[in-house]
Amino acid sequence: MSDIEERVKKIVVEHLGVEESKIESDSKFIDDLGADSLDTVELVMAFEEEFGCEIPDDAAEKIVTMKDAVSFLTANSN
Amino acid sequence: MRRVVVTGLGAISPLGNSVETNWNSLLENKSGIKKITRFNVEGYPCKIAGTIDDDLIDENIVPLREQRRIDRFITLGMIAAHEAFLDADFIPNDEEANRYGVIIGSGIGGLDTIYKNSSILDNQGIRKISPFFIPSSLINLTSGQVSIKYGLKGPNSSPVTACATGTHAIGDSFTLIKNNKADLMICGGSEAAVCNLGIAGFAAARALCDTFNDDPEAGSRPWDKRRSGFVMGEGAGVLVLEEYEHAKKRGAKIYGEIKGYGLSGDAFHITKPSEDGNGGYRAMEMAVKESELPLESIQYINAHGTSTPVGDLIELSAVERMFENNKNIFMSSNKSAIGHLLGAAGAVEAVFTLKSLQNCIIPATLNLDDPQRETFIDLVPKKLKEVKIKNAISNSFGFGGTNASLVMGSI
Repeated sequence: MSDIEERVKKIVVEHLGVEESKIESDSKFIDDLGADSLDTVELVMAFEEEFGCEIPDDAAEKIVTMKDAVSFLTANSN
Repeated sequence: MRRVVVTGLGAISPLGNSVETNWNSLLENKSGIKKITRFNVEGYPCKIAGTIDDDLIDENIVPLREQRRIDRFITLGMIAAHEAFLDADFIPNDEEANRYGVIIGSGIGGLDTIYKNSSILDNQGIRKISPFFIPSSLINLTSGQVSIKYGLKGPNSSPVTACATGTHAIGDSFTLIKNNKADLMICGGSEAAVCNLGIAGFAAARALCDTFNDDPEAGSRPWDKRRSGFVMGEGAGVLVLEEYEHAKKRGAKIYGEIKGYGLSGDAFHITKPSEDGNGGYRAMEMAVKESELPLESIQYINAHGTSTPVGDLIELSAVERMFENNKNIFMSSNKSAIGHLLGAAGAVEAVFTLKSLQNCIIPATLNLDDPQRETFIDLVPKKLKEVKIKNAISNSFGFGGTNASLVMGSI
């Protein structure tokens, strides 16, 4: 597992209160991990904070799964 | 005529995180007032308050992750609601859920959350504002959270009447049940305004005690000559009110009955009570009238008694006027022990009043060394009294000239 994936997972565990073992690469934040729309806004803010980048709203809307988050942050983190 | 009884109690205050610890501490004359350590009070005229240690907030009831997304006032409300709900031993079923509601108010709501987000907005910009900021600070979100947690789909609202909030919440719930709009209501108030902006604001209004910073436990001293203002406290009180037949049918334990509710406005001043005490008098009068009790059958007044120079004597005069033909009357102030819980005060004090009725014990008014003036009313100075109480009044008055009174009694 990449370092970025590890850090994303940690944030998801902390914010959504889910067990780490339940998080898979194609897990959807809303459908599989119990997030609601406010949770996803907060998740994106936490990603921005952790990775020191800005995630514009149109990009944030496309981050639906773990994999989406990891790919975006791999390409855009500083 | 539908009667309304109390079948569950919950409380968290500077004296403890359950009704039992609160009541026992009250009877032991303990004070919950301490020096403020939560934030830097250098330069503050008042440096004391009634605070709840974080380790008394049970994470099994409100998990830490959840606590981060709700202001402290909601957390405290949910803790008290949980205790009251368990105490009532009641499991709502889906068919009747529309008849079960929640009215838990707050005087100020998420003041600290608003303060912090305001600083974030100024210093870091809009992208750093949490999506939970608004739902964590809105006053009616305690009612919202409690209704979601327990599946209560009946009436749902939250009064905001400053320091009378808790009493209005109970009175409004009583009225709803009596008028057949609900069978059971979870009601009360919660407050967590012991934060820098809260203390600073009330200090600026010259409402807080500023003469006992080195002796916190002596700061709240209703009717005493050396009182200099109220001491703020935080906490929550929640009651389960239930229609009498509904409660009997399920064999619920009954603490007492809500018999009357009165409310009035001073139409006088934004922070001062009307000097003739007429507002408080009319609230009590309306509550007594609804109860249909003769004044002689009321033995105890759980006072608003905040320890402010002006308010204490105005309430005393109003009670003297009402009970001039019933000289065997007792009045004490729980605020001498827990401080002034603002929007939660009336609710926690209603819990204590019901415990007084149940146990026939009147908790003392602490620190009442030297009463401001003579009165025929027994203010229960410094030592509790065991008195046969059948009925009692609980008063709450708030900024804006809002007054509320409840008559409670044994069933």
